[in-house]
Amino acid sequence: MAEKKLMKGNEAFATSAIHAGCRYYFGYPITPQNEVPEFMSRELAKAGGYFIQAESELGAINMAYGAAAAGGRVLLSTSSPGIALMQENLSLLSSVELPIVLVSVMRGGPGIGSIQPGQADYNQATKGGGNGDYHTIVFAPASIQEAVDMIYKGFDVADEYRNPVMVCADGMIGQMMEPVVLPPEKAPLAEEEIGNVKPWALTGHKEKRERNAINSVWLQQELLEEYIEQYWPKYVKAENELQDWEAINVENCETLFVAYGSVSRVVKEAMADLEKEGHNVGLIRLKTLWPFPHKAFELIGDNCKNVICCELSMGQMMKDVEAEVKGKYPVHLINRVGGMLLDPVEVVERTKKILEVK
Amino acid sequence: MKPVFEYSRGMREKELHYCPGCTHGIAHRLIMEVLDEKGQLGDAIGVAPVGCSIVSHQYMNVDMLESPHGRAPAVASGIKRVHPNSPVFTYQGDGDLASIGTSEIIHAAERGEKFTTVFINNAIYGMTGGQMAPTTLIGQTATTAPEGRTVAQAGYPMRMCEIISQMDAAVYVERVTVTSPGDVRKAKKALERAFEVQEKKLGFSFVEILSTCPTNWGLPPVKAIEWLRENMMEYYPVKQFKCPEEVK
Ligand SMILES: Cc1ncc(C[n+]2csc(CCOP(=O)(O)OP(=O)(O)O)c2C)c(N)n1
Ligand code: SF4
Ligand SMILES: [Mg+2]
Repeated sequence: MAEKKLMKGNEAFATSAIHAGCRYYFGYPITPQNEVPEFMSRELAKAGGYFIQAESELGAINMAYGAAAAGGRVLLSTSSPGIALMQENLSLLSSVELPIVLVSVMRGGPGIGSIQPGQADYNQATKGGGNGDYHTIVFAPASIQEAVDMIYKGFDVADEYRNPVMVCADGMIGQMMEPVVLPPEKAPLAEEEIGNVKPWALTGHKEKRERNAINSVWLQQELLEEYIEQYWPKYVKAENELQDWEAINVENCETLFVAYGSVSRVVKEAMADLEKEGHNVGLIRLKTLWPFPHKAFELIGDNCKNVICCELSMGQMMKDVEAEVKGKYPVHLINRVGGMLLDPVEVVERTKKILEVK
Repeated sequence: MKPVFEYSRGMREKELHYCPGCTHGIAHRLIMEVLDEKGQLGDAIGVAPVGCSIVSHQYMNVDMLESPHGRAPAVASGIKRVHPNSPVFTYQGDGDLASIGTSEIIHAAERGEKFTTVFINNAIYGMTGGQMAPTTLIGQTATTAPEGRTVAQAGYPMRMCEIISQMDAAVYVERVTVTSPGDVRKAKKALERAFEVQEKKLGFSFVEILSTCPTNWGLPPVKAIEWLRENMMEYYPVKQFKCPEEVK
């Protein structure tokens, strides 16, 4: 068994990527993710990789685009306004079907916002801000261990689907320390092997094949329609195969909480207190934000009377939950915003208020 | 019998979509000839810009990708990390490089990225239909400067070679044109040296090619060449700004 190590979230994320065989990282300072570029600037070269402190998030994601197109395994990390700047490229990377893993350490918004943890980038992550028909695959960890595992697996998912994968950690998970078991170290793909494993990559044609051209522009719209229809089934497959969640007492509960990320930990503590007081509570914790775990909502049993969404936004996730329960149960919101946090006491009190009013 | 002139192996046998008298085609061919003569067509990786040459990967017989508008130098920086020994180049217009992409080009030059940038300065936004570029000359008309560019409204045209050559790690900087056979030969020499600088990992290499856009200048091809020689070459002197000893 691998040993447990006490690690800070952001450093654990970076280590996990290196263990997954990632050797290219491009970053730009932004709180609360600075420990990722700082760690990579120290450690990546030692592992034979490359770090660049980019001129901006635009620079960073375009360096990532180049490295991914060339066949490299690439990690990016940033926080809310940084993701906003990267949206053009998330659309582009999807359009040319290139894999990258992007860690989003969410803070309070909108605008420059606050540097405290937030979840108000739910729509930004799941609905995207880039143009056109595409999806970003989005994982949402609730602990450092889970983030480490999601980043590690995220590289394989990105390769399999040839699509950007985002790991949406909030500032809390980035900044705190927890014991983690690191996944085994994988060897990176050697430069000579890239052409065999990724025949679409830019390696130079070596006079042995037609030249590879990675293009995103389509001056004939008929061909673009055909192209979109040809790659779209992978998103249908992702919707079927990647949905992930944790379910606690969903079948039997009267009051069902829905939450993700660090907030779900607060909700679990609140649930313990509510149970002691005789409430029958359950939880759906989203582990993927896109695809949204629809299947989890099929588990809801006949006892359910109320659904309560707990999140650090004005109800962005709640909109998806409302669409899911289709008016069968009243859906309520317990939230804080702007970088303010929920604590178990507040969740318990606000839950009781919701249940009384009924 | 040895043929005197052949289709370059570096160019794919596709009809160019560029307008008559446009110099994009000459620039494409020169880069490909240089790579072919160096035996590097099979290793080279190119980055196409957003602009009329966005589909240059249809013509150049090397691995290529399309960059988002202006970001080619960042994209090339990423490629070069994965293939440090392959010749990598960006091909960028003046809107792409000198407007939306100033941050990327300046920082790539400053980092001393070991790739080559070919900068196609035609003093106009060609692809979008003739709007003012940062390189549009004072008095030159454009669809967004219908009375001609004025200093009061838009400031002075940007001289990119002059700016780039300030950067210590940009070791090869030259401005050329392709408006006469002699100039074409000089331009090819400049490209040869630029790729040699890259191969020897001496630093960043930058070649600006003063180019024509007859369509958006509203001039027939021959007149466009005359206009370039009379107007652009005065403000944008054709010369070598920097060249390391190793490739002289
Ligand atoms: C983000 C973004 N903004 C604007 C455009 C529209 N656009 C396409 S080409 C172009 C200008 C290209 O001009 P230049 O770089 O001078 O190249 P030329 O066509 O003259 O060779 C612009 C603004 C775009 N594609 N993407
Ligand atoms: S619009 Fe101008 S730059 Fe574009 S192809 Fe035509 S002449 Fe060349
Ligand atoms: Mg132009």
